[in-house]
Amino acid sequence: MSATVDIAFTLNGVETSIRVPVTMSALEMMRDALGLTGTKYGCGEGECGACTILVDGATVNSCLLFAVDCDGRDVVTIEGLAANPLGERLRASFVEHGAVQCGFCTPGFVMQSHHVLTKSPHADAEEVRRGVEGNLCRCTGYKKIVEAISAAERVG
Amino acid sequence: MNVREKASGDTLIGKRIPKMDAPQKASGKTRYVHDINLPGQLHAKILRSAHAHAGIRSIDVSQARSLRGVHAVITAQDLPFQRPIGVAKDHLPLKRDRVRSLRDEIAAVAADTEEIAEAALKLIRVDYEPLPVVATAEDALRPGAPALHGEDLVCVNRNGTTEVVHRAAPGNVAMTFDYSQGDIARGETESDAIVEDVFWLHYVTHCCMGVSGVIAEFDSNGNLTLYSNSQVPFLHRREFGELLGMDPGRIRIIQPPIGGGFGSKLDIYPFEPIAIYLAQITQRPVKLVFTREEEFLASPTRQPVLLKMRSGCTKDGILTFRDVETVHDNGAYTSWGATTPFVMMQTISSLYRVPNCNYQTRAIYSNNPYAGSFRGYGNLQATFAVEAHMDRLAESIGMDPLDFRLKNAQDPGEVTPQGMNFRTCGFKDCLRIAAERSDYQRKHRDNVARWRDPDPIKRGVGMASMLHVGGGAKIYQSDGCGTILKLDDFAHVTLITGASEIGQGSETVLAQLVCEELGLPLSSVTVVNNDTDVTPWDVGVHASRTTFIAGNSAIGAARKAKDKILAAAAVKFDGKADEYDLKGGIVVDRRTGNGLIEIDKLIRSLHFSEKAELVMTTFYYEPPSQHQDKKFKGDVSAAYAWATQVVEVEVDTRTGIVRLLKVNAAHDVGRVINRLGIEGQIEGGIVMGQGYALTEDLIVDHAVVRNPNFRDYKLVTAPEIPEMDVSFIETMDGEGPQGAKGVGEAPAICVAAAVANAIYNATGVRITALPFTPERVYRALRGQAKPPVWDVGS
Repeated sequence: MSATVDIAFTLNGVETSIRVPVTMSALEMMRDALGLTGTKYGCGEGECGACTILVDGATVNSCLLFAVDCDGRDVVTIEGLAANPLGERLRASFVEHGAVQCGFCTPGFVMQSHHVLTKSPHADAEEVRRGVEGNLCRCTGYKKIVEAISAAERVG
Repeated sequence: MNVREKASGDTLIGKRIPKMDAPQKASGKTRYVHDINLPGQLHAKILRSAHAHAGIRSIDVSQARSLRGVHAVITAQDLPFQRPIGVAKDHLPLKRDRVRSLRDEIAAVAADTEEIAEAALKLIRVDYEPLPVVATAEDALRPGAPALHGEDLVCVNRNGTTEVVHRAAPGNVAMTFDYSQGDIARGETESDAIVEDVFWLHYVTHCCMGVSGVIAEFDSNGNLTLYSNSQVPFLHRREFGELLGMDPGRIRIIQPPIGGGFGSKLDIYPFEPIAIYLAQITQRPVKLVFTREEEFLASPTRQPVLLKMRSGCTKDGILTFRDVETVHDNGAYTSWGATTPFVMMQTISSLYRVPNCNYQTRAIYSNNPYAGSFRGYGNLQATFAVEAHMDRLAESIGMDPLDFRLKNAQDPGEVTPQGMNFRTCGFKDCLRIAAERSDYQRKHRDNVARWRDPDPIKRGVGMASMLHVGGGAKIYQSDGCGTILKLDDFAHVTLITGASEIGQGSETVLAQLVCEELGLPLSSVTVVNNDTDVTPWDVGVHASRTTFIAGNSAIGAARKAKDKILAAAAVKFDGKADEYDLKGGIVVDRRTGNGLIEIDKLIRSLHFSEKAELVMTTFYYEPPSQHQDKKFKGDVSAAYAWATQVVEVEVDTRTGIVRLLKVNAAHDVGRVINRLGIEGQIEGGIVMGQGYALTEDLIVDHAVVRNPNFRDYKLVTAPEIPEMDVSFIETMDGEGPQGAKGVGEAPAICVAAAVANAIYNATGVRITALPFTPERVYRALRGQAKPPVWDVGS
C-alpha cells in the first residue's frame, strides 16, 4: 500500500476531509472514495474531458490531478452544479437542444461549458467550439452541444 | 380545464421531443455499469499476450495466487469445459496452448481491488514459444504461410466426450461470400467506358466514451445476473447458456444505460465469460472494466477491406456491369466484421440498377485485431468504391455526375435482382434535393475549371448516396420484438419493450408512438427496456431496426389497449367502440369531438367493477421480410432507407490538409417521428463519417496497435465539424410505424465517399485509400502516393 495523506477541501460547497493514498487521482477519489460518480473515466490521460471538474474556478481533468492536490482548494463536480443557476440553465439547455445521447460525456461538457460561460458570458459559437475542444463526444457530432451552450448563455 | 377542453390533444409525431433520459444524464445521476458497485464485489483484470503469435509452453500463476487480496487466478487449465465464442466459434475466451494476437487473454485475476489485481498480473509467468507473425491478409495467403487455425478446435463436453467445435481452416480462409447476377462478360461487351481501381479501407474503432465493462453475480440457486452493455441481450443470454452449460432461462441480463454502442456490443468478447467464470469460482460479484488503452487494444474494429472494382457503362450513361472482389483481414478470430459482405453486396448490386454484377469476398485470418460490427456494417466501404466509380464513369463519358446518378438510381416499386423490393424509395428526391441545396452542379463545373489556377487553396464538392436496410434485417429466422404494456389506475403507461436503449433515443420514440395511439402526454409513460427477466424477446439493437420493429411492436400493444378502453367506453355510454376515440387523456365522441370521460376514470371503473379487469396487453411484431437464401437473394428488410450527401471541402495543396466545410444531407427516413432525435442521429453520423474520412486511423503495424489512445487516435473535435444542412424526405412507408424507416446507421455511410469525390473535384487527383490525412493527400497531389495494389491473388 502506498502512503496516505489527510486532506481537507471544499467539495460542492461542503467542508470535506478525507485520507487518500498519495497515488490516487482526484477522479478516483470522487468516484471510489466519495461516491460521486457523475465525474466519468473516459481515458485517464487528459484527452477526453469526461472527468472535468472545477478547482478554484478553473476546469481540470480530474484524472490528471492527484487527490492530495485538492487539499485546501474549492472543488466543484457535476453534482455540485445542482444548486447553481448557470449549471441549471446549462442542464436544461442540453436537454432541450438534444445535446445528450448516450450521455457519458455530458457531465464533462456541462462542467466545461460552465467554465466557458463564466469566463465569457457572451461567447459566440466559435468561442464555444474552441472552449469545448478538449471534450470528446462520439454520439452527437457536437452541433447540438454548441447550440445548447450558446442558448444557455442567452437565457442568462 | 374541463373534460371538453382537454380533449384537443395535439400530435407528438414529428415534434422536437427532448430525450426522456436526458435530465438524469445531464446532471451526472445516470448510473452506467462503471458506476455500479455491489456489496462484496471483487475486481478483475486480464493478462494479455506479450506476442502477436506464439505457442504457450507453460503458465505459472502460483505467485499471483498467493498475493494477499487475490481471490482467484484462472487460466484455460482451470476451465476444462471452455466453449468458443464468436460468429464462427473459433475463439476460446482463455487461450490454451497458443496465442494469435496481442489482445489474446491468457489469465485473469479477481481481487479485492483493481490495484491488487494489476499487481497479481505482474506475478504471472508465461513461457512463450514465438511463432512467425502473419501481419497482413497478403502474408496469410502466401504459399507456406503459417496456418493460424490449422487444426480442428476440439472441446471437452461436460459428459466427458469430445467435440470438434471449429474445423481447421487451411490456407487461412475464415469465410467466403460469392454473389452474382446477370453475366459480366455480356456487360463488358455492351460497355463504352470501363473503369477499374483498387481501394483500401482502413482500420478504425468505435471509441465509445464509456469503456467496456461487466459485472457478473451468481445467487445461491446458481442463477446468473449480468450487468452488461450488450446490444443483443436475448441472443447473448442463449450464447452464455451454451458457454456455461447452463439453462439460459436462469441467466438474467440487466443493461444499465450504455455509454455508446455503435455496433461494438453485438458480439460476446472474452472479458465477459472471464468475469462470469471468476464470479462462479469466487461466488462473489465480479466487476471487470477496461482501461482506455485496453479498449483500443481489445475491442473490435471496423472491417478493413482491400477491394478491387471494375465497372462499365454505355455512352448514354447506363450502367452495364460491376465486378467486385474483396479481401477482408479477418484478424485472429471471427466476429461480425467477417459478415459485412451481406451489406456490402446490397450496395454493390442494388444502390443503382446494374444488370450484371459479381461480388466475391474472402475473409483471411491474420494476427491482427479482429473486426466487429460498426455503424453502417460494411456499407461505408462498399459505398466508397461504388461512388468513386459513379464519378469516374460519368467523367469518362462526359456526363454530369448528378445526371448520371439520376439515370441509374432506383425507383419506388423496383425489385432488384437480389430480391430487394423497394416499396418506398425517395432516392431520386434525395439526389435532387441534396444537389439543389448545395448548388452542386454549378460548383462542380466551376471547381474543375479552376484546377489550373495558381491559388494553392482549392475547393471541391463531392456527392455520394447510400442504400441501407430501414425496416430491420432478417439475418436470423426472426427479426421480431415483443412489447408488454399496462395502464394503471391513473392511466399511467408502463411500456415494457425488448428494445435496448444505447443512447440513440429509442425510449423516447417508443413512448411517443404509444402516446399517439392512446391520446396521452409523454409524461404518462415509463419505459422499461433493460432487464431480460422482465422484458419480452427482441433480436437486438442493430441494423437501424429499433424505431421500425420495436415501434411497430409498441403500436400493436397500444392499439390492443385502446381497443379495450374503447370497448369499455362503448358499454358505459351505450354505443359502439368505433364511435369513440382517445385524445388528451379523454375518451371523446368521434363525431362531435366532445369529451366524455377521463381515461383514468374509465379504467378505474373497469378495475373496480364486478368484472374487475385491468388494461394489460402484449404484442409481438415480426416484419414481413425474408431470410435470404443461399445465393443471398431475398427481401431481407421490410423497408429500405436512402440518402444523398453532398460535401464541400477545402484542400490546401501546400500541406495536404483537407477541411470539411459543409455537408448537405438528404435522407429518406419514411417519416420524422422525433425531429430533435433524428437530427442528432444524422449530425452524429456525419461527424463519425468525417472521422473515418479524415482523422481516424487505428495504426496496425506488424500486428501491433501503435496508437491506443486519444492523443494519437484522432477523433473529430468541436471546432472541426462542418456546417450541416439536413433535409428529410418523407416517403411515408406503408409498413413503417407512422410511416417511419430506420436511420441510425445511414448518416455515417456516405461521408468518406463524398469527400473522396470532393478532393478529386478540387484537385483532379483521385485517392483510393483512406484516411485522407495531410500526408497521404500531400503525396498524392505530387504523384508520390503508393496506390493500393491487389497482391492477394484471386
